[in-house]
Amino acid sequence: MDSGWLLAIILLPVAGSILIAFIPGLSERLIRYIAALFTLASLILAVVVFAGFDRSIGGYQYELKASWIQAINANFHLGVDGLSLPLVLLTAFLGFMVVLISWKIHERVREYFAWLLLLETSILGVFCSLDLLLFFIFWEIEVIPMYFLISIWGTGRREYSSIKYVLYTLFGSAFMLAGILSLYFTTGSLSMVDISEGGLAMVQSIMPASIIFWLLIIGFAVKLPVFPLHTWLPDAHTDAPTAGSVMLAGALIKMGGYGMIRVCVSIFPNVAQDFAPLLLTLAVISVLYGAALTLRQTDLKRMIAYSSVSHMGFVLLGIFALGEVSLTGAGLQMVSHGLLTGLLFAMAGLTMHNVEERDLRKLGGLARQMPVIAVVFSIAGLGSLGLPLTSGFAAEFITFSGAFSSTVVGGVQVYTLLAVLGVVLAAGYILWMLQRTFYGPVLEQYNGVKDADNLEKVYMFSFVILILLVGIYPAILTNVIKLGISPIASLIGG
Amino acid sequence: MNFELLAPEISLVATAVAVILLDLFVQRKGLLAIVSIIGLAVSAGFTIVMYGEPSRTIFNNTLAVDNFALFFKLLFLGITALVILASVDYVSKFERFRGEYHALLVLSALGMLLMATATELITIYVSLELASISLYILAGFLKNPKSSEASMKYLLLGATASAVLLYGMALVFGTTGTTQLGEIAQRVQTLGVQGVIDNPALILGIVLLIAGFGFKIAAVPFQMWVPDVYEGAPTPITAYLSVASKAAGFAIILRIFSTAFGLPNWLSLDWGVIFAVLAAIGMTVGNLSALPQTNIKRMFGYSSIAQAGYLMVGLAAMGMASAGATIGQSTILFFLLSYAVANMGAFIAIIAITNKIDSDLIQDFSGIAKRSPLMALGLTVCLVSLIGMPPAAGFMAKFYIFGGAVQNGLLWLVIIAVLNSVISAFYYLRVVKVMWLGEPASTEKVPSSAALRLALTLTSLGVLGLFIFADPIIKAAEAAAKMFGS
Repeated sequence: MDSGWLLAIILLPVAGSILIAFIPGLSERLIRYIAALFTLASLILAVVVFAGFDRSIGGYQYELKASWIQAINANFHLGVDGLSLPLVLLTAFLGFMVVLISWKIHERVREYFAWLLLLETSILGVFCSLDLLLFFIFWEIEVIPMYFLISIWGTGRREYSSIKYVLYTLFGSAFMLAGILSLYFTTGSLSMVDISEGGLAMVQSIMPASIIFWLLIIGFAVKLPVFPLHTWLPDAHTDAPTAGSVMLAGALIKMGGYGMIRVCVSIFPNVAQDFAPLLLTLAVISVLYGAALTLRQTDLKRMIAYSSVSHMGFVLLGIFALGEVSLTGAGLQMVSHGLLTGLLFAMAGLTMHNVEERDLRKLGGLARQMPVIAVVFSIAGLGSLGLPLTSGFAAEFITFSGAFSSTVVGGVQVYTLLAVLGVVLAAGYILWMLQRTFYGPVLEQYNGVKDADNLEKVYMFSFVILILLVGIYPAILTNVIKLGISPIASLIGG
Repeated sequence: MNFELLAPEISLVATAVAVILLDLFVQRKGLLAIVSIIGLAVSAGFTIVMYGEPSRTIFNNTLAVDNFALFFKLLFLGITALVILASVDYVSKFERFRGEYHALLVLSALGMLLMATATELITIYVSLELASISLYILAGFLKNPKSSEASMKYLLLGATASAVLLYGMALVFGTTGTTQLGEIAQRVQTLGVQGVIDNPALILGIVLLIAGFGFKIAAVPFQMWVPDVYEGAPTPITAYLSVASKAAGFAIILRIFSTAFGLPNWLSLDWGVIFAVLAAIGMTVGNLSALPQTNIKRMFGYSSIAQAGYLMVGLAAMGMASAGATIGQSTILFFLLSYAVANMGAFIAIIAITNKIDSDLIQDFSGIAKRSPLMALGLTVCLVSLIGMPPAAGFMAKFYIFGGAVQNGLLWLVIIAVLNSVISAFYYLRVVKVMWLGEPASTEKVPSSAALRLALTLTSLGVLGLFIFADPIIKAAEAAAKMFGS
């Protein structure tokens, strides 16, 4: 009875996408309503699954397993555990929000919503797959809708950014495919559950596990992104349409962090421990270098994009500190960053749409002209720099304290202290961004620009409520995330 | 003599003769295509009836009717039928010789059917020539300078390759004293390691065989003819060359190297390495050369060289595999099928589009999605499959063939191959980009005939179907390959 839920959550958006694409003669209005309806249905089901998730037993729940290709032992296997469930919920939430955010799109509406909904399905599929082949298929499918979203509805150098995005992703997933094939060959199985439960001895006997580990992690590192594989991100985020940026920053790059925990750490705990210092170094570089680059941006969206590089460095730090608390913190940071940066991009998009200007040097004093947007933008910004009561604080606090106290990796305290500097830098660039945009002298030329309308208030307050909810009561998520993390952490002894 | 085992071939001969005769008396030339397709369907019907039965041989063991041969026969018949469907609009360009066009296509298919069946070197050679000579003529069918040049180049280089092949066959015959593949295998095994090393003529013979067939499958460094011939030949024939001709080459290579030189293991390891190196070079050269192309037919020429490289990864795996394993063979069969469907589909869309806009340049495909959404969608699906991305057949094919290679210790080759797939994404996606993002040159619709739409729908659905329902097809490929195992 439980088994159909995840399938429904995944398939509802793509069903909407197919309806939108192939029913002739739909009006723009109707297309928007169909998109909203199907993504909302998916979100409601995700909430039901989140509520119904049995917190007393943990493990994989809502499983669905059907044989697919016997010759290569591939199954259609879905399921969620404490690690993936919050990300599914996040994706379903963002999937509905981006439909609302896209309400004012008027160019090639039919194609736009078809691609947007297909994108949501593929991300949901990644988080729900328990079979490596299925996981990889969803991982790859995501590239195509994102390519079209950026290249048709984007701004700036959109064609360059979209092809750069595609090639980086394919480059990473090429290594990942080789890694998955090696894993399949050495264990004879494609099931993530079976492999992480007991195939490791076989892995090491035929082929060095570290080779497979690195093949896999390159794919995830491109997506997360990790320095030096991050350069696609600022271009893609900046030139994507608002909804594309929200999906990219909110849900899509989380696939990288999720994959690292689910595949790399839980299948190769020992290898992860061996290479943790190297990966932690990359994490610190991502945090500091990303923050330094953010400080000198003058474009509103580009600034938020670079801040993602820095914030995803925290996730990498939490993962490869390898402690139970730090891994939980990384999980929470992914959700929190999804909400905060999703909202930041939505607000930036709204500001740009209403003011028709995105250069920070030319903006200023907008708090008078668009007070609602200014307040919400500020909440998102403050959350992003880790102000208490917001989800950003909870996530960063758990990550840093978990990493600092981790006993598994030697010298992790040094890395943590260096990474905490990233928070200081974040305070710098975010306050500067808010100040340049909304405060200071009121500029004449922006008199009469519109503030948020009712629909926009609906989605921005939805974000704000969730950000505060997670910030005030983080246990609502950490209780669940911990269920997924503790079996993985116990492999390492953290 | 069991002539009924030759029913598929005999019905093709009858079809070819019927088409030529009909051409003399009938004014409505559209009938020729219908008769050809009926003939192919009859032939396919006979093939399907024989499928699944135990292997049998005829004509003194020169022809074998087994699941492997039947798998390829169905593939060739299907491809030929699609090419004829795709030619319906195109042949109206020819003022004369439409009967001969169809008859030659059917005869070429006959040659390929025999190639899949042949188990003896001279028979292999004769059927190869039957297929090739028909294609030499077809390549020049447009009778403009480019087409004639293509035909001439193809003829001269093809004849050279045939000579090399024949020389290789002669050396193998000279050292083993037989032309039967099964008997060659026995002689090689009795020779032993030292015996083979003492017989450089045999080794040279094997190398020359690889070179001769390398021409057919467009393996680097025997690929020089490909871009020019692909560009000059009538587009349906280009499609035919890139799919059927290549598949036929692989059918023979699989048969010879699995039967005659499959055992002992130390020998297969040696030619396995040769194929691994040819695969790595072929993929890289093909993909890098395809990058700067502006003519879509030339681009597909280079891309087909790269695809042959991926296929040779399977041949390398086959050589590296332990005795009796058939993972290499079955992965190649599935890859060939996926490649055939996707490449045919792409060419059908290209034929439809280029026929109307009267240009083979990629830049002229600009905005085609607005003028002909069906063709653009079909072409996009096929291109996604050729890149090897889900949800298309090409992804499964690559996963399967590279998986087989990793199993046989070829991880290094697989890494080269997957990186090559990324390179290929760049030029395949450029076509997608031009079609969907470019501004159309005019708002005029691009109409296409019902035959083309049918062919494109079939292939596009095939590309998706082979992904979703890969299981039964992979099982069929495994069953067909099993006869080479122990």
